[in-house]
Amino acid sequence: MSSPDPLPPEFPPPSAGLSVELGRDRPIRLDCGVEMGPVMVAYQTYGRLNEQKSNAILICHALTGDHYVADPHPITGKPGWWSELVGPGRLFDTDRYFLICSNVLGGCMGTTGPMDVNAETGQPWGLNFPVITIGDMVKVQARLVDVLGIDQLFCVVGGSMGGMQALKWAEVYPERVFSAIPIASAARHSAQNIAFHEVGRQAIMADPDWCDGNYLLEGKRPHRGLAVARMAAHITYLSEPALHQKFGRNLQNRDTITYGFDADFQVESYLRHQGSAFVDRFDANSYLYITRAMDYFDLAAENGGVLANAFRGTRTRFCVVSFTSDWLFPTQESRAIVHALNAVAANVSFVEIKSDKGHDAFLLDEPEFHATLTGFLEGAAAHRGLPQAVRT
Amino acid sequence: MMTIGTGSLRVDLRLIADMVVAGSRVLDVGCGEGALLDWLGTNKGVDGRGIELSMAGVSAAVSHGLSVIQGDADTDLKDYPSGAFDYVILSQTLQATYEPRTVLSHMLRIGRRAIVSFPNFGHWRVRMHLLARGRMPVTDTLAYTWYDTPNIHFCTIRDFLSLCRELGITVERSIPLGRDGKALAIPSCEGIANLFAHQALFVLSRKD
Repeated sequence: MSSPDPLPPEFPPPSAGLSVELGRDRPIRLDCGVEMGPVMVAYQTYGRLNEQKSNAILICHALTGDHYVADPHPITGKPGWWSELVGPGRLFDTDRYFLICSNVLGGCMGTTGPMDVNAETGQPWGLNFPVITIGDMVKVQARLVDVLGIDQLFCVVGGSMGGMQALKWAEVYPERVFSAIPIASAARHSAQNIAFHEVGRQAIMADPDWCDGNYLLEGKRPHRGLAVARMAAHITYLSEPALHQKFGRNLQNRDTITYGFDADFQVESYLRHQGSAFVDRFDANSYLYITRAMDYFDLAAENGGVLANAFRGTRTRFCVVSFTSDWLFPTQESRAIVHALNAVAANVSFVEIKSDKGHDAFLLDEPEFHATLTGFLEGAAAHRGLPQAVRT
Repeated sequence: MMTIGTGSLRVDLRLIADMVVAGSRVLDVGCGEGALLDWLGTNKGVDGRGIELSMAGVSAAVSHGLSVIQGDADTDLKDYPSGAFDYVILSQTLQATYEPRTVLSHMLRIGRRAIVSFPNFGHWRVRMHLLARGRMPVTDTLAYTWYDTPNIHFCTIRDFLSLCRELGITVERSIPLGRDGKALAIPSCEGIANLFAHQALFVLSRKD
């Protein structure tokens, strides 16, 4: 998106985020069998819901994201993770669409998760929190969408784990999803990705301050373990060319190597910074639970081993997007989704965007990616009978 | 940016567009930036999908609101269910596929009809070029040298019709085209068309 116009001062709305209690009367049945409720859900909205309630877009965040899509983050103060795309006249045009994003179940930014207090025990859930799935996250989102009075979402969009949720939405609630955009995502978590997650979890659990998951009771935080988990994961979000371009073998504030284990290289310093910044805004147990939910995700297995079964009879319009340098969710994963959608003659667009920025490309300024999304949304809006963009 | 639906369409594509019944389901294989799909959607209310190999083409088409996937005829047709479309279109692409025979079979499995066009290697200029110069023909419609051509499976009209017979495919219409993609006012009988058509356009259906 090339230099968006400055936003009017009233945007984004000065809001500390919304929240709603769900499932007090009707608990949410999780895939593991546990009945959960009530559940607090923190969410954020942008734009206005039209009279027909036909212009709602649900944005699903990724593993370590949250619902602050276009607001400054309350802890870090940094702009929202898709703030460049949200606003009047922008890709997610707040003059035309009503955007919703909620913090996922198991999260740590306001939606019920392992760091919250279990009302039954009066203590933080910790590892007593039930193991959740992508499907459970989607169930909770669906309850939120119910509360907002919306029957059908115009679009469900998300990158990475957000894309998994978009796919799950399209599978479970086909009539409620007019269009879906899974970006840099997959219909199942690969062995390699499970392996990376396991490294992260083991790093957390190996930290003595993790205290078998009871660190909140012990007044401790497994910062070192969580930071290492983040460092390892962060490498997978980038690409070799991106790392090379950004850092090469450059040294950090020194002219020569020190023959020690200090952060001699810029890339080391960068990763350490990524790790230490992350622990300020994320809960270690949340990280365990959410990574596990991704690991368990396998849309084919959940549909008799045939991915196409997940979408049989679907009328949802799909736009699948991947990035050339993404080795965490490589194009072949997106292609598998496209093949399954083709097998049921679904309406699908698929673009592999050329980028050297790796998995993180979906969060970055990639004009071709943004043009693709804009075009797809315009096409879908025309079919949904929503007003077209005002072209100047 | 390509022309919007109401605008002009390349002559040979217009010829194809005119054959498509309004409101039908169309799969355009090798759709480029989606000009034909766009025209069909706007003017004939067609539910159109496209497959395109080039990233730039797909990106332009999807950015224009068309349902197009990145893929190719050789690998992606097998996924589609039988009878999913009224028409499967392959314009000027058959000669660039690895397995034209398989592609053709899939097209007629997926669609009730297939519309296929290709450059005719039997045109007299092509024959003369090879005969007189002893070198691979480079003409207006076949503008590549042998080492950089994407066209790896050339055929003549006669070759194509022979394959159709072998595969049990019914040729509903055959239209010989000139250099500019316009229909030629010559008899469409095999021998004459094979000699004078620069390109050829066929509407095919299954025998059964």
